[in-house]
Amino acid sequence: MRRMRGGTLAAIAMAGVLTLAGCAKDSGNEGQAAGDGGGEGNCITAQAPPAPESSQRESEAQGDVDASDLRVGLAFDVGGRGDASFNDAAAAGVDRAKEEMGVGKTTESTAAGTESEDAKQQRLTQMANQGFDPIIAVGFAYAEALKAVAPRFPDTNFAIVDDNSVEAPNVTPLVFAEEQGSFLAGVAAVYKSKNCHIGFVGGVDTPLIEKFEAGYVQGAQAVSDNVEIERDYLTPAGDISGFNDPGKGNVVAKSQIDKGADVVYHAAGASGKGVFEAAKSGGAMAIGVDSDQYEQKTLSGVRDVIITSMLKRVDVAVYDYIRAVAQDDLGSLPERFDLSVDGVGYATSGGKIDDIVPVLEGYKKQIIDGKITVSDTVSG
Amino acid sequence: MRSWRTAVLPPLLAIAFAAVLSSVALLISGADPLEAFGTMGAQLFKGTTAVDTVNLATVYYLAGLAVAIGFQMNLFNIGVEGQYRFAAVVAAIVGGALALPPVLHTLAILVVAVFSGAFYALLPAILKVTRGVSEVITTIMLNSIVFGIVAFLINPDQFGVLQGNNVSTKEIEPSGWIPGIPLGDAGTLFGAVLLAAAVGAAYWFMLNRTRFGFELRASGESPTAAAAGGVSAKKMTMTAMLLSGAVAGLIAMPELLGRDHVYAMTATQGYGFTGIAVALLGRNHPAGIALGALLWAFLDKSAVSLEQIQVPREIATIIQGTIVLSVVVAYEIVKRADLAAEQRRVGRASRNGRPATVAEGGAV
Repeated sequence: MRRMRGGTLAAIAMAGVLTLAGCAKDSGNEGQAAGDGGGEGNCITAQAPPAPESSQRESEAQGDVDASDLRVGLAFDVGGRGDASFNDAAAAGVDRAKEEMGVGKTTESTAAGTESEDAKQQRLTQMANQGFDPIIAVGFAYAEALKAVAPRFPDTNFAIVDDNSVEAPNVTPLVFAEEQGSFLAGVAAVYKSKNCHIGFVGGVDTPLIEKFEAGYVQGAQAVSDNVEIERDYLTPAGDISGFNDPGKGNVVAKSQIDKGADVVYHAAGASGKGVFEAAKSGGAMAIGVDSDQYEQKTLSGVRDVIITSMLKRVDVAVYDYIRAVAQDDLGSLPERFDLSVDGVGYATSGGKIDDIVPVLEGYKKQIIDGKITVSDTVSG
Repeated sequence: MRSWRTAVLPPLLAIAFAAVLSSVALLISGADPLEAFGTMGAQLFKGTTAVDTVNLATVYYLAGLAVAIGFQMNLFNIGVEGQYRFAAVVAAIVGGALALPPVLHTLAILVVAVFSGAFYALLPAILKVTRGVSEVITTIMLNSIVFGIVAFLINPDQFGVLQGNNVSTKEIEPSGWIPGIPLGDAGTLFGAVLLAAAVGAAYWFMLNRTRFGFELRASGESPTAAAAGGVSAKKMTMTAMLLSGAVAGLIAMPELLGRDHVYAMTATQGYGFTGIAVALLGRNHPAGIALGALLWAFLDKSAVSLEQIQVPREIATIIQGTIVLSVVVAYEIVKRADLAAEQRRVGRASRNGRPATVAEGGAV
């Protein structure tokens, strides 16, 4: 087994080297072309929308909620607590609920990469049998399992992050408008790009990650007619290693930077670290994803290149959900966590985009007001 | 010479050794080993776990058989992983597109799966036979390629359907399903359990009761002797590889036709690799593989059950790893012990002043 793994790795590494060689050949010409074409100043072709007078933040009704009789079950996707991505965000939401609402007992269980579908069912069933309620399934991989388990426990509340295909009265979908947050990331990228040339690195080519790409591209093109956008995915659908392969992220981001891109946005989970490192060594900038990556301890070495992060507030959604369960008011949850409820957004830590915050707020307002509609599918 | 000792003792030793080692790991992590093993045992009597274990073992059994066929011929078909995933996606697509009466539909899907699996093993087989390229290298590469093939085929632009944030093939009509065996509250047993048992029986019959099986084992144990006996090694390699691929094609069928009815982007991977471990545990014997598959599935289920008493799931992985490792070591030790015992017996017999009889291990 060991030897076989080694062989696989070697094969992958070899393929990687070949790809790299191919890219390196292209990059020379492309980089020059971009250098000629994209001069400074003529990149932004669209007038920025007026900034709203006051950034209208909904102040949440922070009444005291007592959730001490809730026992929360948290079923993680591959990676679990400590993945610095959406599992961690969900965990943070539960932790906050514990602190602020006194949630009683909680349990956690993490999926393994190669587990069979019925292990997911077993996990959810086990939690329900032990009396946990609500039970939050993190990740759309739980959709099928939830479809089977939820009807068997009609009195238990379930929630699932990133999926709205489960139709059961006791299942609450927690889905996000990733494309709206990514739209603002695209706007920020173009405003900060010197070459008028930006990049997108997706982890795995799935419909979910394509939403990030779609929003980013639309945001960039809303600002500029002549922006060049590099778009790459680390692995095809079904090969989840793309979310956990910083080496590949580095190689792909480096090739984009060599082609002339100077702001790279990643939606690649733990592979993002490689993207940041490539940006640092290539003198480029990068945009993080999911949580405020500038503040993440594991990334402190490369934080200088992180100008902003597209925030996907899984923690907010999880917290709000637990709160709604405690108040027995699930109807109050938004159908989709979007810009209007701060379910997605952007981070300003590090102060690298302070100068364009009015622009971003302007676009944000337009999206909330419906003047700009962001599509969640990639065109072209 | 294969006594019951050589067959049964090593796995038992290995399991005992794995239990000791994991107890140490449990103690270090601050858990009570007895409680942990108790939970693992008790899970079988809770809900659907027992049936789920058998269902999962069905999948592992087919995977183990696929690998074992190659092992018989000294072929290391690591490509079972790629072969079963290729077969699964092709069978799911064809099955979703077909409209046939019940039994025919299922049979058609199974035939497609078998041929797709064999087809994906064809290239390594040809390269091995004509050019002597190691099947280990070629099948590993094809395992990587299958990622791309599956991703391409289940893309909504080709044959895929978008379901929420997941992508899968079109659902197979109920006429193509393999009906389960309902066991009340205990769950539903895959109907494919019978299919797996039949494949196991066929494997046993082929190996022990047919000329082909004899030639296969002979070429595996000594290619030169087999060649001298008029057995074409090339033909044997080709057939063994294709048979291995054909059985690999069935691996995903219990779940596809018994539960999921679609092949999704999130479908489980790694059954082919598990098959290698299971075949090793079972020493390529159909009954041994069945026990190995059950044990492996039981440990997989334990990983989740252990979490309810806050024992990390990795304990189950440690047990699995130790078992495989110690099975290999234990077989070697028992084999040597047997050999030494035999030599002593022969030695004793010859000291009595007469040559050892055949029954005592002497020359014919």
